[in-house]
Amino acid sequence: MSAASRMRLRGLVRKEFCQILRDPSSIAIAFLLPVILLLIFGYGISLDTEHVPVAIVVDQPDGDTAGLTARFLGSSYFSPVFVRDIGQAEESLMGRRVNAIIHLQPDFSRRLQRPDGAPIQVIVNGTDANTARLVMGYVQGVWQNWLSRRAAESGGVLAAPLQLDQRVWFNSELRSRNFLVPGLIAIIMTLIGGLLTALVMAREWERGTMEALLVTPVTMGEVLVGKILPYFLLGLGGMALSVAMGLWLFGVPLLGSAWLLFAVSSLFLLAALGMGLLISIATKNQFVAGTVAIVTTFLPAFLLSGFIFDIGSMPVVVQAITRVLPARYFVAALQTIFLAGNVWSVVLPNAAALAAFAVIFLGASRQKLRKRLD
Amino acid sequence: MSPDPAAEVVLELRGVSKRFPSGPRVAEALRGVTLEVQRGRVTGLIGPDGAGKTTLMRLAVGLLAPDEGRVMVLGHDATRESQTVQSSVGYMPQRFGLYEDLTVQENLDLYSDLQGVPGADRKARYAELMRMTGLARFTARLAGRLSGGMKQKLGLACTLVRPPRLLLLDEPTVGVDPVSRRELWQIVYRLVREEKMTVLLSTAYLDEAERCDEIALLHGGEILGRGRPADFRDPLRGRSFAVSAPGVGKRALQKALSALPGVLDAVIQADSVRVVTREGAGPEGLAAGWPGAVIEPVPPRLEDAFVTLLSSRERHRAPARAQGQGSHPARGPARTGPVIEVRDVNRRFGDFYAVRHASFEVASGEVFGLLGPNGAGKSTTFRMLCGLLPASEGTLRVAGLDLRHAASAARARIGYMSQKFSLYGNLSVSDNLRFFSSAYDLAGARQRERIGWALEQFELSEFAEAAAHDLSLGHKQRLAMACSLMHEPEILFLDEPTSGVDPLARREFWSRINALAETGVTILVTTHFMEEAEYCDRLAIMADGEVLALGEPSDIKRAQGAPGHPAPTMEEAFISLIEGRAKGGQSS
Amino acid sequence: MLRRIYALAIKEFLALLKDKRSRFVIIVPPLIQLLVFGYAATFDLNRIPFAVYNEDTGPAGRELVERFTAAPNFQQVAVLSSDAEVAPVVDSRTALMVLHVGPQFSRELAAGRPGPVQVIVDGRNSNTAAILLGYVSTMTADFSSEWLQRSGGSPGPARLEIRAWFNPNLESRWFLVPGIVGLLTLLVTTLVTALSVAREREQGTFDQLLVTPFRPGEILIGKALPGFILGFAEMTAIVLIATLWFRVPLRGEIATLYVGLFFFLASSIGVGLMISSLAVTQQQGLLGAFLFLVPSVMLSGFATPIANMPPWMQELTLVNPLRYFLVIVRGIFLQGTPFHLLVGQLWPMALIGAVNMAAASFLFRRRLY
Repeated sequence: MSAASRMRLRGLVRKEFCQILRDPSSIAIAFLLPVILLLIFGYGISLDTEHVPVAIVVDQPDGDTAGLTARFLGSSYFSPVFVRDIGQAEESLMGRRVNAIIHLQPDFSRRLQRPDGAPIQVIVNGTDANTARLVMGYVQGVWQNWLSRRAAESGGVLAAPLQLDQRVWFNSELRSRNFLVPGLIAIIMTLIGGLLTALVMAREWERGTMEALLVTPVTMGEVLVGKILPYFLLGLGGMALSVAMGLWLFGVPLLGSAWLLFAVSSLFLLAALGMGLLISIATKNQFVAGTVAIVTTFLPAFLLSGFIFDIGSMPVVVQAITRVLPARYFVAALQTIFLAGNVWSVVLPNAAALAAFAVIFLGASRQKLRKRLD
Repeated sequence: MSPDPAAEVVLELRGVSKRFPSGPRVAEALRGVTLEVQRGRVTGLIGPDGAGKTTLMRLAVGLLAPDEGRVMVLGHDATRESQTVQSSVGYMPQRFGLYEDLTVQENLDLYSDLQGVPGADRKARYAELMRMTGLARFTARLAGRLSGGMKQKLGLACTLVRPPRLLLLDEPTVGVDPVSRRELWQIVYRLVREEKMTVLLSTAYLDEAERCDEIALLHGGEILGRGRPADFRDPLRGRSFAVSAPGVGKRALQKALSALPGVLDAVIQADSVRVVTREGAGPEGLAAGWPGAVIEPVPPRLEDAFVTLLSSRERHRAPARAQGQGSHPARGPARTGPVIEVRDVNRRFGDFYAVRHASFEVASGEVFGLLGPNGAGKSTTFRMLCGLLPASEGTLRVAGLDLRHAASAARARIGYMSQKFSLYGNLSVSDNLRFFSSAYDLAGARQRERIGWALEQFELSEFAEAAAHDLSLGHKQRLAMACSLMHEPEILFLDEPTSGVDPLARREFWSRINALAETGVTILVTTHFMEEAEYCDRLAIMADGEVLALGEPSDIKRAQGAPGHPAPTMEEAFISLIEGRAKGGQSS
Repeated sequence: MLRRIYALAIKEFLALLKDKRSRFVIIVPPLIQLLVFGYAATFDLNRIPFAVYNEDTGPAGRELVERFTAAPNFQQVAVLSSDAEVAPVVDSRTALMVLHVGPQFSRELAAGRPGPVQVIVDGRNSNTAAILLGYVSTMTADFSSEWLQRSGGSPGPARLEIRAWFNPNLESRWFLVPGIVGLLTLLVTTLVTALSVAREREQGTFDQLLVTPFRPGEILIGKALPGFILGFAEMTAIVLIATLWFRVPLRGEIATLYVGLFFFLASSIGVGLMISSLAVTQQQGLLGAFLFLVPSVMLSGFATPIANMPPWMQELTLVNPLRYFLVIVRGIFLQGTPFHLLVGQLWPMALIGAVNMAAASFLFRRRLY
C-alpha cells in the first residue's frame, strides 16, 4: 500500500469515527439498542413455564383426594386454586385466569379401589399450544409421582413398567436465556452491521458528500475499507458488551474458547457489513435502505435463524430460504460455542459458510460501487 | 463569437450527448454539446434549471460517462482516465460536499488526506485558505452550524487544499446572499490571477455571468451561444432603452410598454422601464400616449441577450403577457389603514434573537419586498406573518386580525407560496387544486368554477391529470401560485418565489403579480434578486434580525449614495448597508 | 369543518397510495408476516432427527424403538452400537436426541420390573428440548399403559383423562395466526401515521398545510382517519385469510372484535402521531416506530407467555395495548369468549387509547412551530 493510499485511508477512517461519535443515533443503535434488547429478551422472553395457574375442583374431598392435590400444591410448576364447582372453573379457564382444570369427581375415592381405576379429568386451555403441551407434561409428571408414592406406601408393584431416564446435555436446566442470549448477539450484530452501515452509506449519497469524495483521487477500495473498518470495530464493541452482559448479568456459560467466538463473530460481521453496504449502494437513499435492511436482515435473523423457532420443523421451502441467511449459520455456531464448547464438526462448516457470505457480499459491493454516478 | 484559437484548451467537449432514463421516457440532458474552456480564464456556464449544467460538470470530472462524443481534460479522456483527471481538477458539487457533522478543521484535514497533501505543506496552505475565506475564527465550529455563505467558502477551501489546475464550481452561489456572492467572486478572481487557475462555473444569475471572461449559454441540453459577454450584448446595441414617464406608475408603464408590438421585453429597472425593442423597430413608438415621456438609450445587458435568444426559440412563452385576474373581483374601496402591521416584534429562540424590534406596515394593494442576507430574520418574520410561528413579543396584525387571537380566521384571508415547491408531488394537478380549494372551504359549483379558472388562467389544462412532481419547474411554480390563489386571498405571501427560475419564467411570474396588485391584492415577497427588489413599491432590508432600511427602492438607494457615487444600484446599496452595519458592529 | 376534514383524509389516502414507499410499508410487511407466521414460525416439532442405541435384543426393546421410528414427528438418522458413538452425533447436531434402550430391558419387563430407558437430548435450544421431552414422555407413557394392558396387569388405581379445549390438536398455528391480526394492525397503523407528518415536513408541504385555515385538531383528525380505515381494512383481510386459508376457527362475536380493534387502533395511532409530531425526517420516524414496535411485540405475549416474565416486567406489560388486544383476538377466534368476559381487557385499552390520543394532540400542538 502506497503512502498516499495509507494517508487517504487514515483520513476516511478518522472521519467516520468523528461522525459516529457525534451522531447519537449511531451510538444508540450500537450500544443502547443491544442493552435494551438484551434486557427485554433476557427477562421478558422466557419459555420456562412455572407456577402455572390451575383450578382444582374436588367434588367430594377426603383423604385420597387430599393426597393427590398435595402433590400439585407441592410442585413449583403449579400454583393451584381450589374452586367449588366445575362451572366456575370453566369460566376461569375461558377468562384465562387459569390454564388448566384438574377435576376429581364425587366417586373418586370409591373408584380408586375398583380394577379399572378412577379417572382424573384434566382440561387444558389449548389456545397457546406450546404452553398447553408443557402443562400436560407437568400434569403427567405429578400424576406418575403420586402413583409411585402410593405404590411404595402400600408395598405394591410399581405401576409404570418403563423407567425413563431423561438427560439433557449442554443446558441441563433448560434455561431459555442460555439459548436466547447467543441468538440475540446475532441479531444485535445484524443491526450494527446491516442496518447502521446501510444507513450511513446511504447518507453519503443523499447529502451529496459521496459526489465530492468520488472526484478526489481516492479509490473505491479505499472508500469501502474506510467504511468497513470503523463499523467492524463498532460491531465488535457491541458484541463485547452483549457477551459481557450475557456472561455476568444472565449467567450464560461460555464453554468454548473466547478467541473462537471472536473469530466466528468477525466472519459474520464482515458478511453483515457486506450486506449493509450492498443495500445502500443499490438504493442510495436512507429511508429505502433502512426499510430494506430491516426486511432483509433484521426480520430473517429474528424469525428464520433458528433463534426462536426450530428450523428443522419448518416447511422444506422455508428451510431452503434459511440456507441463504448468514444469521442461521452464526446462530448455530454461537449456541454451540457458548453451550457445547469448541465442537469443530459444527463450528467449521458454519464458519466456512459465513466466510463465503462475507466474500460474496463484499465482492458484490466492490463490483457495484463504481466511481461513477450513472 | 469564436474563442481565441491560440489559447491552450484545458477542457474540451466534442459532440457530447447524455441521456437518463426518467420513468418510462428517456430524458435528454445534453444534446451534441461542443465546448472548450481555455487556460487561465473564468468560463461561465449559464442557463435555467434543468438546462444540463450539472450533467456537463459531472461529465467533465468523469462522474458520468457520455453516451456520445468525448470529454478531454488537460489532454486526458475524462471517462477512461478519470483517476488522472480527478487528481488534477477541483470540483465543488452543488451542496458543497461538506460533512456537516465534522468541524471546519476536520473537513479540511479529510480533504487534505484524500488529496494527498503532505503534512509539512498543510500549515501554510491552511493559513492561506483561512485568510482568503475569512474562516480562521471558525475552525472548531461544525460545518453544519455555518451560514450558507460560510459553507460555500469552506466547500471552496476544501477543493483548494491541493491547488487544482482546473476548478469546477456547480452553482456555487445558489441561495447565497449578495454579500457572500461578491466575496466568492473576489476569491475566484484572485485564484485566476495569482495561481493561474482555470475556472468553469455554472450559475443561474445573469448579472454574475457578466463577470466571466467567456460564457456558454446552455438551454434544453444544447449550447445556444458561446463567447465573451460583450459578444452577446453587442448585437443588441441600439435596441435597449430606459423609458420613464412622469406621473405614470412604473408598473402601469411597464404593462403598457410590453403590450406594444415593437417591444420584445419590458422590465422595471430603478425608476424607469427598461425596454428591448424587436429587431428593426426603433424607439419611436415607445413614447406614444405619454406626454413628456423620456426615452434614453442604455447599454444592453446579458439578460437582454438571453431573453432575446430564448424568446425567439420559445414563441409560445411570450414574455410579460399581462393577464387580468379573470374572476378575481376588483376589491371595493381599499381598506383604509395598513393591511399588514408589524409593531415592535421580537422573536427569540433560547437567548438568540432571530428578529429584534421589527416594525413596518404594508398598505392595501402594495407590493412589499423583504430583503436581507442569509440568517437576517426574513424567513422568521415571514413565518410569523403567516401564523406559522408566534411572536415572542409585539403585535402582528394581518388583514385587521391579531394573529395571536384569530390565526385561523387570518389564515383564511392569506395565500402563501413557499420557496421550494411544496405541493403534494404524487397527487395530480387537479387533485392538488381540489384539496387546497376544499381546505379553504370552497365547495360545489364555486369550487368547480375556481378549479376551472386556475387550469385556464395558468395554462395547466393539458396537465390536469399529470402528477405534480412530473411538471417542469415553471409549471410547478404556476401550480403553486394557482393553489395559493384558489380562495382569492386579500394578501399573498411569496417566499423567494423565483429562485432557480429562468428569466422568461420570472417575467411571466411578475406580470401575474403586477396584475394581482392592480386588483388590490397586497403582496409581500422575499427575494435574492436585486432587480426584483426594484419591482416592489416599498422594501424593508433586514440584517441580524433588525430592519436596517425601510422605504421606496429609490429612497433606499439615494440614502446609500456616496459623494463620488451618487446613484448606486440596488445591489450596491444593499451591500453598503450590510457592510456598514458589520463595521459598526465590530467597532462597538 | 367536516368537509375540510373529509378533503384532508381523501388527500392523505391519495398521497399514501400513490407513494411507492408507503405502498411498500402497507403491503410487504403484512405479506412477509403472514407467510412466516402461517408457515415457518411454529413451536410444533416435525422430523426430529434422533439416533437409536438399542442394547436390548428382546421384543420389547424392538417394539419401543418401532414406536419412535413410526411416529410422524420423528426421523431416525443413525443407529449406534457403542457408548462412544453417542457424544459425536449429539455434539455435531446430527441428532437432537438419542434413544438408549438398556441391555436388560426385555428381561426386566418380562419379570414385572421396570425396564431402563434413557433419552439424551441436546439442550442448546432449551425450548425445542422441553417440547421434545414432552413428546417423549407422552410416547413412553402410552407404551407403558399398552404393555400393562397386554400383560394383564392393572393399569393403576387412577388414570389421566386429558382434554385440550379450544385447540384439541394443539396446533401452534392456531395460536400464532390470530396473533398476527394484532401484530399487523399495530405495525401498519403505527408506521403509516408515524411517517405521515414527517413526510410532509420533508417535502415542505406541512407549512403549506398550516397556512390554510385548518385548525391543529382538524389536521390531527385528518391524519388519524386513514390509520383507522386502513387498520379496519387490514384486520378484515387477515381475519378472512386466517379463517379461509389457514382454517383457524372463528368462534366468537365478530362485533366484539371490531370494538376491541377500535380502542386498540386509538392507542397505536396515538403513538404513531406522537412519533410523527417529534420526528423531523421520515428516517427518524422509522427509527422511532422501530424502537416502539420491537418492545411492544416482545412484551405482548405474542410468542411467549407474559406469565413467564419476572413480576416487575409483567407489571410493565400492563401499559402495552397489544397485550390486551391479543387476549381479545385469541379469545374470540379460538374460545368464542363472550363480551362480558372481555370487558376486563377492553377498558384498559380504552384508557390507554384516550391517554395516547390526548398526548398526541398535546405534542402536535406544541410542535407545530
